[in-house]
Amino acid sequence: MITILIPTPLRPFTDKLDAVAVSGATVGELLQDLTTRYAGLKQHLYAADGKLRSFVNVYVNDDDIRYLQKEQTPVKDGDTLSIIPSVAGGSPSTPAPTESLRTSAVAALPELSGDEIKRYSRHLIMPEVGVEGQRKLKAAKVLCIGAGGLGSPAAMYLAAAGVGTIGIVDFDVVDFSNLQRQLLHGTPDVGRPKLDSARDRLNALNPNVHIETYNAALSSANAMQLFEPYDVILDGTDNFPTRYLVNDACVLSGKPNAYGSIFRFEGQASVFATKDGPCYRCLYPEPPPPGLVPSCAEGGVFGVLPGIIGVIQATETIKLILGIGEPLIGRFMIYDALRMRFRELKLRKDADCPVCGTHPTVTALIDYEQFCGVAPHQVEAAKPMATSTDALTATELKAELDRGDTVVVLDVREPQEYQINKIPGSILIPLGDLPKRYVELDPDANIVAQCKSGVRSAKAQDFLRSKGFTRVRNLTGGILGWVDQVDPSQPKY
Amino acid sequence: MNGIGLQPAVDAAIRAHGCETFPHECCGALLGRDGVVHEAYALANTTEEGPRRRFLVRPDDYRGAEQRARETGLELLGFYHSHPDHPARPSQYDLDHAWPSFSYVIVSIMAGEDQLLTSWQLKADRSAFDEEPVHVTKS
Repeated sequence: MITILIPTPLRPFTDKLDAVAVSGATVGELLQDLTTRYAGLKQHLYAADGKLRSFVNVYVNDDDIRYLQKEQTPVKDGDTLSIIPSVAGGSPSTPAPTESLRTSAVAALPELSGDEIKRYSRHLIMPEVGVEGQRKLKAAKVLCIGAGGLGSPAAMYLAAAGVGTIGIVDFDVVDFSNLQRQLLHGTPDVGRPKLDSARDRLNALNPNVHIETYNAALSSANAMQLFEPYDVILDGTDNFPTRYLVNDACVLSGKPNAYGSIFRFEGQASVFATKDGPCYRCLYPEPPPPGLVPSCAEGGVFGVLPGIIGVIQATETIKLILGIGEPLIGRFMIYDALRMRFRELKLRKDADCPVCGTHPTVTALIDYEQFCGVAPHQVEAAKPMATSTDALTATELKAELDRGDTVVVLDVREPQEYQINKIPGSILIPLGDLPKRYVELDPDANIVAQCKSGVRSAKAQDFLRSKGFTRVRNLTGGILGWVDQVDPSQPKY
Repeated sequence: MNGIGLQPAVDAAIRAHGCETFPHECCGALLGRDGVVHEAYALANTTEEGPRRRFLVRPDDYRGAEQRARETGLELLGFYHSHPDHPARPSQYDLDHAWPSFSYVIVSIMAGEDQLLTSWQLKADRSAFDEEPVHVTKS
């Protein structure tokens, strides 16, 4: 009999034994005997093809069997076999686009296969597209920033139209609240990375299209490199720091920016950063003060709106690739879904624009979070250890309430949000009403401000303190933290 | 207690280690007892695939971690690693290389600053990870 030493993670499968006596003449036979006795071990030691998993190391005494005769290594009585885990892991990989794709831009346009000719026949019979235009589309590479409301319809139409390479940058996971407008993702995708469902959906739409996914937050550190292989950048972002980043990186890299943005019932679209056209900064040199323009999560968005705007972005992208029509350059389209009206503003390239003007002051990417005056990752920065006098967690709040402490929970969300979920006993004063209603509150009361995730309530905290309130804390993670940590029976939105 | 407990110093040590090695991944062992981690035992990241996206704890270091656990009267409860500029969610690569019954703590380091810290356990059929609650606790 020979002893096999069992590592900690496998002991639940060996009745908690850290050593098991087995018999056999080779390492392979010993492991066979082991997995016969303890069947639960098998899937952890062996891959589906019957080979030892790469991160399972087997040692005979002090020697790795990889350097002996692997599983055929003979053993004798008195030897000790050890199973030693390698522990490995890592972030999702972000493969660089392959060299062949990179060089295809300068090579002749790719030919269309028989399948592609059938698939694109309605394009091919239009002289504005034709075979040559379709081959231009096949050679083209478009990078979508975000696989959300705008990225969904845009990427789907680009894929259907036969744009040869579509890159997608996103690091989010599909949430139920996305499904009302983000058609790349379906109900079974909730909880999956958006990149995975986007890839599945686009591959199903058109397997001829090459999808590159980048699981990353677009940043000043990676934007130039990510943009490099692409012809057109499609901006589907939902926040100002990334919007300025996309614009500046487009100007600096000389790539057109098919721009779109949405808020509640209104959308905007334009094409920025072409050679002679204006850029986003020609229109808005400075970002709005943080908090002035709420995000979709705070302000809501009409579900079909991104469908219209995202498809306008895809339309402009395809026109740029084909070189047809009148592109939306120097024109700023505003769409109002409630009144069903399009308006168009004329835009001029600003000679004094800090990034695309004649004497630019921004010649490299900057810190856009700082530029837009927001702390990086405001919402996620909520740490579980918040124990200062400024903030507390939902668990801590619950403990105080259970102890019978006198705590005024001040909910600063909108009434329609308060109808969805609430902390029992909380009082509702929406953030916008606070300046005229704060007098209803006792300035010496022990107040915990709370909103959905902690951003608006931090503003309420600042405001109340400026009015002389002495004991105002912010609920870290907001009502979402409360539902997660204290009351999972309430819905999240 | 359901989930995994981290003593405050452990929570701080994991976050500090992730910030220190940013933009590369860090890794280490979690030593403790009764589901509470008492020590985050930093290990060298020895991957040859590029530490920006991968970490590897070599067999010798694994043995070192088990030995450290024995010496300190603690158990090896799992491992931690960082996801530089990625969310604190396990990747397919993590899943492919996971061991049962261990807790896998992941801390997201965005632009050099520590963000969300999560913990995961491999499902019995290896099909996915289950997220487990993380308690920062003194007990």
